[in-house]
Order: sequence, then C-alpha cells, then structure tokens
Amino acid sequence: MNRHSRRRRRRILPIALLALAAALPGPDGMAADGRLLASGGATQLEGSAGGGIVPWAVLAGYATRDEIGATSYLTRVEVSDYALDSWGAALNIRNRLELSLSRQRFHLGTLGDLLGMPGASIRQNALGIKLRVSGDVIYSTWPQIAVGAQLKKNLDFSIPSAAGARRDSGTDLYVAATKVFLGAAGGYHLLVNTTLRSSSANQLGILGFGGDRGGRRLLGEFSAAVLPDPTLAIGFEYRQKPDNLGFAREDAFSDLFVAWFPNKRFSAVAAYADLGSVASFGNQRGWYLSVQANL
Amino acid sequence: MTAHLRAPAWIGLGMALLLGACASTPRATGSLYAQFGETAGLSALVDSLLERFADDPRIAPKFANTNIPRFRRLFVEHLCVILDGPCTYTGDDMREVHTGLDISEAQFNAVVEHLIDAMQAQDIPQTAQNRLIARLAPMRKDIIYH
Ligand code: HEM
Repeated sequence: MNRHSRRRRRRILPIALLALAAALPGPDGMAADGRLLASGGATQLEGSAGGGIVPWAVLAGYATRDEIGATSYLTRVEVSDYALDSWGAALNIRNRLELSLSRQRFHLGTLGDLLGMPGASIRQNALGIKLRVSGDVIYSTWPQIAVGAQLKKNLDFSIPSAAGARRDSGTDLYVAATKVFLGAAGGYHLLVNTTLRSSSANQLGILGFGGDRGGRRLLGEFSAAVLPDPTLAIGFEYRQKPDNLGFAREDAFSDLFVAWFPNKRFSAVAAYADLGSVASFGNQRGWYLSVQANL
Repeated sequence: MTAHLRAPAWIGLGMALLLGACASTPRATGSLYAQFGETAGLSALVDSLLERFADDPRIAPKFANTNIPRFRRLFVEHLCVILDGPCTYTGDDMREVHTGLDISEAQFNAVVEHLIDAMQAQDIPQTAQNRLIARLAPMRKDIIYH
C-alpha cells in the first residue's frame, strides 16, 4: 500500500464517525445527551474538550454521571504559510473521565517548498486524559475543575530534530477551571476559563519537545465567551507557549471564535486565529474551522 | 516584539465584539416579573410547560401521582416569587417536595430545556430568560438524586 492510500484510509474513520452521528435519529433515543446544550464545549487542537486552542474543565459531549458518550471532531487551520489538520475522537465516561485520541498533521507549505520538500508534513499523535475533579460548569457555585494530561508523540521528527528539538515525545499536564456565569453579561451567559499548563512542546509538539532555550515551562491559557442565545457562543482565547527553539521563535496563540450548537449531535466553530511566528515565518494568521459530532 | 503586543489587542477586539453582539438584541424593559407578563404570563408559561412534560417520557412518569391543578398553582406562585412578583409561595420547600422522586441530572436538564422552549414560545426576552435560569440553577442540588 503506498503512502497516499494509507493516508486516505486513516481519514475514513473520523469522516465515518461524523456521518454516522449526523445520520442517527434526533436526541430522543439512547444517546448520552443529558447535559445542557453547549455545555460540552468544542474540541481543542490536541483533541481535548475545550475551546479551539485551550482545553477547558468540561468533558466532551453531553454525558451525565449516568451516561457514557462519544464525540468525534475534525479541524482545519489555514494561516499565511501553513495549514494544520487535527482530527480524533473522545470518550466521556460518566462526565468524570475523558479519554481522547487525536492526530495532528502540519502541512509545511512555504517552508516545505524552501526545504525542497514540497507537500511535506509533520504528524503527531496525542492521547488525552482528563479527570473532572469537582464542580459543574453551570450549576455549582465554584467553577468546574479538571486535571488532564496530553501524551504526545511526534511521528516525523527529522525536521524538528534538525531545528534543535531535544525529544520526539512529551507530556503536557494541565489544570483547568471553567464556569458559566448565568446571565452575568448584561443578562447574557458568560463563560470564563483559565488553564494552567506545564509543557515542553514546541508548537504543540509539531516541532518536537524542548530545545536550546529550555524545556518544560508553566504556561497560562484563558478563554471567555458570551452566549447571545442558547445555540451560540462568541468569544476569544489566548494560549501561552514555550519558546524553546532559538532557530524558530514561538509566540502565544490567540483566536476570536463563533461556536454554533444547533443540536446535541453536531456543533461547528469558526475562528480567526493568530498563531504568531511559526517555524521561522512571522505573523501566521488565518482561519480555523472545526466540526464536532456526538454519538 | 509585535507578537507580544498583539494578544492584548485581540482581547480588546474580542470584548468589543462581545459587547456589540449583546447590544444588538432588543432591549428588555420593565421589571423581570413584568417581562414575564405578570401572573397571566406565568400561568400561560406553566400551562405550556405542563403540555411539554406530558409529552416527554423522561418526565411524565414523575408526575403520575401528582395533583396537577395544585402543582400548577404552586409552580406559578413559586416562579412569581423568584421573579420578585407580588405573590406568596404556599408550597413546601424544594428539597422536601422532590425527595423520593429520584430525579436525575438528565431529567432536571430536560425540564430546563422545556422551560427554555416554553419561554422562547412566549417571546420572553433572552436576558429575562437567562436571569430566571440563573435564579433557578442553585436549586438543582435540592432537587436531583433525593
Ligand atoms: C428548578 C427546577 C424546579 C423547580 C423550581 C420546581 C418547583 C416545584 C414546585 C414549586 C412544586 C410544588 C411544590 C409543592 O407541591 O408543595 C414542585 C413539585 C413537583 N416537582 Fe418540581 N421543580 C423543579 C424541577 C423538577 C424536576 C426536574 C422534576 C422531575 C423531572 C420535578 C418534579 C416535580 C413533581 C413530580 C412535583 C409534584 C410532587 C407532588 O406531587 O407532591 N420538579 N416542583
């Protein structure tokens, strides 16, 4: 089997999951749909439930303490010189534990052409685990708190290694606090999330882990959104990143998003993302599009 | 350097957009109680809610042994008081009433969703809907799994 058809086969899984979820009957059946609309958030770049770039304390989908649910997602980011695909699936076990598997594929774009490798990409796998420690994002007085880990493995380490990355795998650890303040923004619901992450991942791990300028760091991430109605959220996110490679400076990520939750089966997020400097090209801005489907 | 300056600018823009989104929806006027159409509006809302409960197999069985006219009257009173209306609630406290019903998280949320649909059908302003939800949310702990 050649490289190309193998690649195409791997894409069948998320697309099949999305199609299956969309084809199933409405949320009256046996689905894990007991939580309120939008309360599972969307899926962030490494496959954990959250906003677009930041993992939140919420767990994927709509399973309550009595239910088990599954969510799949597909995301594409296109900025000036690069593109990133991310796809995967997550299991929500009784709104206590989230297990996720995801794949990132970073298209080298302009850099690939410069390196004489047109069409080249760097792939990464991420295994996520998130435990809800306490609280309920909507109902408790205190925020919902979760701790999580993202275990990442870079699958195409030659370019990151040449750029000075130390390792091809690494584990991010984070604690997230998320709360919806009901009616708090002039009568509209306001969501606020703060995440503290320990990571050595260069550009999520796409450029490996650690480098000449350092290794593991403590990083802050922040999200806020207002819900104009129960199906819409408009907000922004900010994510600090390590800056470990002298050769390829790294900036914080930020984005401005609109998330749409027409029902509990399906959601879509569109954002304008600013990834800053990525692998020696500055001002990487562009579109972020993501869809989620819940089983 | 510019990369570090950019983030706060984004946040400013985000704030502006959020405020814009809120300002563009129609302004709700009058007291919260008035926005719900006072007692007449609340009675219509509760009737609409009861119809939705009757059609929902997750909820209807819980009301199998309930005196519905009494529930209807007490629920209107309760909402009226929560909305700062000129009523007196003559029922029992939430914990006592719902004990023994073993209401799940999903059943609670189903009721909330029916309430949202019913309020939407009554054209109650979004901000007034949200304020009622905000006042009901803290009661959940007294209602579920007892
Ligand atoms: C915030 C949400 C809720 C509020 C404010 C609320 C309020 C009330 C009120 C005011 C009463 C009448 C009290 C009395 O009889 O003295 C009542 C009774 C009742 N509620 Fe709720 N309720 C809520 C959620 C639920 C849910 C989720 C269910 C079930 C799915 C439920 C099922 C019942 C039943 C079956 C009764 C009648 C009990 C009886 O016959 O004695 N309630 N509720």
